[in-house]
Amino acid sequence: MRRWIVWSSIGSFLLIDFLMFLRFFLPRSIFEPSSVFRIGVPSDYALGVDTKWQQQYRIWVTRTSDRLFVIYARCTHLGCTPDWKASENKFKCPCHGSGYDSEGINFEGPAPRPMDRADVSLDAEGQIVVNISKLYEYPKGEFDNEHSYIQV
Amino acid sequence: MAEGSEEKDPKQLTTGEEKPKSWLARMREGSTSLKGRAVEEAKTYKDPQDTQLWKSIFRVSHDRSDPRNRSLSILSNVFLHLHPAKINRDAVRYPFTWGMGGITFYLFIVLTFTGVLLMFYYHPTKGDAFRDILYLEHDVPFGKLLRNMHRWAAHLMVITTWLHMFRVVLTGSYKRPREFNWCVGVVLLVLTLLLSFTGYLLPDDQLGFWAVTVGTNMARATPMLGHEGPFGPQLGLTAYNDVRFGLLGGSIVDANALLRSYIWHCIGIPLVASIFMAVHFWRIRKDGGISGPAPVMLESEMKAVKKKTG
Repeated sequence: MRRWIVWSSIGSFLLIDFLMFLRFFLPRSIFEPSSVFRIGVPSDYALGVDTKWQQQYRIWVTRTSDRLFVIYARCTHLGCTPDWKASENKFKCPCHGSGYDSEGINFEGPAPRPMDRADVSLDAEGQIVVNISKLYEYPKGEFDNEHSYIQV
Repeated sequence: MAEGSEEKDPKQLTTGEEKPKSWLARMREGSTSLKGRAVEEAKTYKDPQDTQLWKSIFRVSHDRSDPRNRSLSILSNVFLHLHPAKINRDAVRYPFTWGMGGITFYLFIVLTFTGVLLMFYYHPTKGDAFRDILYLEHDVPFGKLLRNMHRWAAHLMVITTWLHMFRVVLTGSYKRPREFNWCVGVVLLVLTLLLSFTGYLLPDDQLGFWAVTVGTNMARATPMLGHEGPFGPQLGLTAYNDVRFGLLGGSIVDANALLRSYIWHCIGIPLVASIFMAVHFWRIRKDGGISGPAPVMLESEMKAVKKKTG
C-alpha cells in the first residue's frame, strides 16, 4: 500500500509535468496581424478581381454584377497563396497546381473545394469591414450567408 | 690527448687574429654537448606507457600477444567500447551490410559538427535568418562550404537511412531477436525526417516557408488533434488551440515558428535521437551482432577441414 502511494504520487507528478509540458507549447497571447480591417468603400472596386490587398491582408476582392465578396487567398489544398493570372482569368496555385476561376471556384488540380470567403460588412461610414477569422465555406452552403458578400 | 693538445696549440697561434672560435663552431660544440645531455636525461625517463599519467588514462596495457588484454584495452576505452571486442567476419562484408548504418551515423556526426559551426553565424529571427544565410554563402570564410556540407549531408542522411532500412528488410534482419531494434530504428527514421523537415524552414526562404506552410497545414487534418480533422471541431479545436498551433506557436508560419523549428532542429530532436542511437547500437550487440549470412569459409580453412576429414 505504501509503495503504491509512493509510485502513484511519482507517476501522477510526472503525468502532470507532461501535461504542463504540452500546455507550454500553446501560448496565451500571440502577436499576429489583426484579423479585422477596413478596405474602403464598395465603389472603389471595379468588376472583376482586385489584388491590391494580397500582400498586406492575404485577400482578394471580387466584384460581380450584383455582389462584392472577399476571397481569403489560401489554397484549399494545402494552404499556399495562389497567383492571380489576369491573362488566363484564373487563380493558379504555385505549390501543386490547383486552379480557380475569378470567383475562387476550383476547376483543376488537387484543390477539394472553392476558396473560402471572408466575413464582410459595412460600417457606419460605408466602409467595408473584413474579418478573416470568420470564413465561409462552399461545401457547407455558406456562400449565400448574410455576411459572406455585400449586395451592390 | 697529447696529439690533440699539440695540434690545438699551433692552430691557436696561427689563427690568433680571428679571436677564440667562430660562432658556428661554438654552436656545434654547444649542440653536441646538449645532445649528449639530452640522451643522458632521456635514459632516466620511463617508457611513456609506464608513466602514471598514461596508466591513469588507458588503465590497460596494450599487449598484442594476449587476447584477453586486447579485449580489455577496447572494453576499457569509452570510444572503442562502442564497438564489440570481436565481430563475426561474415557480418561486416559490404555486399551484405552496404555499410549504410555506419554511413548514416557518420553523416549524423558531420551534421552535428557543421551544424554547431553554422550556429555561430545564424540568428533564428525573421529579420536576420535569411540575411545570415546570404552572409554565410557570400562572406563568412568557408561559410559556403559549411552550409553546403550541412545541406548535402542532410539530404544524404535521409537517403542512407532509407537504404539502411531497405537492407535490413532484404536480409530479414528485422526478425527475432531483433524486432525491438527494428522498432528503435523506425523511431530513428522518423526523427531523421523530422530533423530534415525542421531544418527546411531555417533559411527562411520561399522554398522552406511554403514547404512548412504545406507541411503544417496537413497537421490541421490530424484526427482529434487538428481543427479541420475528424472529431476536431467536436472537441472544440480551432486554429488557435490545435496541434498546428502548438507546432508553430501561432496560427501562421511566423517568428515563433522559426524559433521553434530552430530549437527542435538544434537541440530537441538531436538529443532524443542520440539517446535512441545509443540504444540502437547497444542492441545490435546484445541481439548477437550484425546479422550475417551463412559463414564464409576461407580456402585456407577449407584445406584444414579437408585434412581433418580426410
